Amino acid sequence: MSESAIRIAALLPDVLGTYSDRGNVTVLSQRARWRGLQVEETVVLAGSTPPVDCDLYLLGGGEDAAQQYAAEWFRDHRQLGATLAERATTLAICAGLQVLGEWMQDSSGTRTAGAGILPLTTTAGTKRAVGEVVSECGMPGVGLLTGFENHMGRTTLAAGVAPLGRTLSGVGNGGADGGGDGVLTSTVVGTYMHGPVLARNPALADALLQTVTGEPLPPLDLPDQEAVRRIRLGDGAAARPRRGRLGAARRS
Amino acid sequence: MAATAIGPRTAVAVRAGRMAGALSRKVGLGAGAIIAGRVALRLDGQALSRLAAGRRVVLVSGTNGKTTTSHMTAAALRTAAPVAHNDTGANMPDGALAALMEQPDAPLAVIEVDELHLGAVADAVHPAAVVLLNLSRDQLDRGTEVHAVARSLAAALRRHPDTLVVANADDPVVVGAVQPSHRVVWVAAGMSWLADAGGCPRCGRRLETGVGPWRCTNCGMTRPTPTWGLDEGAVRHPGGRTEVRLTLPGRFNLGNAAFAMAAADALGVPPDAAATAIAGLGSIAGRYGVHRRGPHELRLMLAKNPAGWAETLPLLADARAVLLVVNAREADGRDTSWLWDVPFEQLPDGAAVAVAGERAADVGLRLSYADVSHATEPDPLAALALLPPGQVQVVANYTAFLSIRRRLATEEAA
Repeated sequence: MSESAIRIAALLPDVLGTYSDRGNVTVLSQRARWRGLQVEETVVLAGSTPPVDCDLYLLGGGEDAAQQYAAEWFRDHRQLGATLAERATTLAICAGLQVLGEWMQDSSGTRTAGAGILPLTTTAGTKRAVGEVVSECGMPGVGLLTGFENHMGRTTLAAGVAPLGRTLSGVGNGGADGGGDGVLTSTVVGTYMHGPVLARNPALADALLQTVTGEPLPPLDLPDQEAVRRIRLGDGAAARPRRGRLGAARRS
Repeated sequence: MAATAIGPRTAVAVRAGRMAGALSRKVGLGAGAIIAGRVALRLDGQALSRLAAGRRVVLVSGTNGKTTTSHMTAAALRTAAPVAHNDTGANMPDGALAALMEQPDAPLAVIEVDELHLGAVADAVHPAAVVLLNLSRDQLDRGTEVHAVARSLAAALRRHPDTLVVANADDPVVVGAVQPSHRVVWVAAGMSWLADAGGCPRCGRRLETGVGPWRCTNCGMTRPTPTWGLDEGAVRHPGGRTEVRLTLPGRFNLGNAAFAMAAADALGVPPDAAATAIAGLGSIAGRYGVHRRGPHELRLMLAKNPAGWAETLPLLADARAVLLVVNAREADGRDTSWLWDVPFEQLPDGAAVAVAGERAADVGLRLSYADVSHATEPDPLAALALLPPGQVQVVANYTAFLSIRRRLATEEAA
C-alpha cells in the first residue's frame, strides 16, 4: 500500500442516482477509513471533466433519458474510458453497467451506443425485473451476493466473458447466455444489484478496496451486518462463502 | 343530495357500500373507507362521477404532504360550506368515493389522490382545482420512476384544460408536468430534495439548482414566477402577507399551508380566514400526535421516502432521544435502498438513538456508516425501553407508523 490516499470517484451521481447507489461510495470510504487508510472522494457531476487518475470509479443506476446522457458523456471523455478499461477499478450498477457496454436498445427498438468498455449488449425486456436477487460471486472468497434489482434491461455477455455471479434467485442479466448477474473483467465489476450492493456485501467492498491496497484488509465487525444478510440469505448463509458449506456437505 | 338525483343504481351501490364500511368498522378491520368505496364502485362503476356531480372538488396530489395539505384545505373551505374529505388518507378512487358517500350533501369536496390515480379520479369528478405539491422518488420497486409519474400527471391534466392548477414552482418535475395552456397559481413552497430533479424536465440536461430559482443552462427553462410564497411564519400572496400560527412544526408544513390557502382562495375563501382555520389543526391522522407511555413522551412523525426524511430530520435538531422505525412491506416498498439517500449524518450529536421495525438491521447498518451510535431492537416498544426517560421523537415509515399508532391506542384503551 502506498502512502497516498485512495482516490474514489462517484461518476455522474446527479444523473445516475435513482437507486441510492451513492451509498456504495460511503461504504467504500468508511471501510477504508476504519482500517486507518486515507480516502479522497471526488464527485464528478454532469457537465464537468472527469479526473483520470482515481483508483476506484463508481457508476449507479438511472432512468432511460439519464442513461442516454451518460452514454454520450462517456463518448465525449474517451480518456476516462481508457482508464476504466485498463487501469482503475470500476463498480458499475444497473444502467451504469449497460452504459459501459457496446450498445443498449430500448423498447421502441432505438439503439444507443455505449462507452464500449465492456463486451456486452442490452435490449429491453417485456417485463420489469423487480425484487431480491441472490448470486454466487465468481470472485474468490466473496461468497453469496444479495441485492435488489429493478430493471427492464436484458444483458447478454460476449462469448467467454464471465458474469459477476451465478444467479441463484432473481433475474440478473436475464440475457440469452444463461443465469448470471453482472459482469466481471480484469478492471470492472458490474451488477444489477442495488441495495446498495456494497452495504449488503461487505466482502465485495473489501475485494474492491484490495485491488487498490494490494494486500488483505483486517476484518471489520459491524453490529447489524449479519442480520441484514440473514434476512435475505437465511441462516448460515449470512457471512460464510458458499464454497465452504458445499465442501462440508460433500465430506459427510 | 336525494337518491333520485344520483339514480337508483348509484343509490343502491351507496347503501351497500355504507353497510360494508359499517361492518368493517364494527368488526375492527379499520376505518371502513376503502371497503365502503370498493363495494359501491363494484356495484356502480359510474358512482364516483355521479356523486361528484354538482360539487366543486379540489384534488390534492404529489409525493409528500397530501394528507396534511388536504386536511388544511378542507379546514379552510369549511369556513364557507360543508366539505366532503377522505380524511383517513384512503387516496385511491375507492377512498374518494367513500368520502363523497359519507357527505352526500356537502357542496365542496377535498380529495387526496395518489399520484398514479389522479387521472382516473379527475376524469370522474372534473375538479375545480388540482393541487400538485412535489414529485420525488417513492417506492421505486412497486411504483414508477418519478419522470414517468410526471408524464402520467401531465396526461391527466391535459384532459382537464379548464381545471385550475395550484402547483409548486420550486419543483422542476412538477413544473414539467403542467401545460403552458393551464391556468396556474404558482406557489414557491420550497423543495429541499432535488436529487430527482437533476435533469431538466424539457430537455433532459442538467439543471442549476443552487442559490436562487432553478434554471436549465441548455434550453433556458426556468422556475415560473410564483405569486404565493413563504416568509418567516407567514404566507405571501397577491393580496399581501398573512401570518400563519401553525401548531404543526417545520417549514414543510408552512409550505403545505400555502398550498391550502391558495386553493381555498381560488374557491373564494380569503387567506386570513383560511389561515385561522389551518392554525387550529393539531395532529393530522396521527402525524405529530403526542402520546404518554410510562416514563416517555412520544411525538410521532411519518416519513415515507428520502424527501420526507429530509424534511423531518431538521425537526430533530434539539432531540435528546430518537426512535427510528422502518418496515418494508408492500405499502412501504420492499426495497430499502432509499435509506442510503437519507442524510442520517444530520442526527444530533449526543441524542440517544434506537432503531426498530422489521428492517431495523438495515437502518442500524446505515447509521453505523453514518457514524451514529445506536441500539437495535426490532420491536418498537421494546426499543423505546432502551431510551432515556423524557421526550422521544419517533419517526416511522408508513406501515411502521400505523402499527405503532395501533399499539399505543390499544394500550391507551386498556
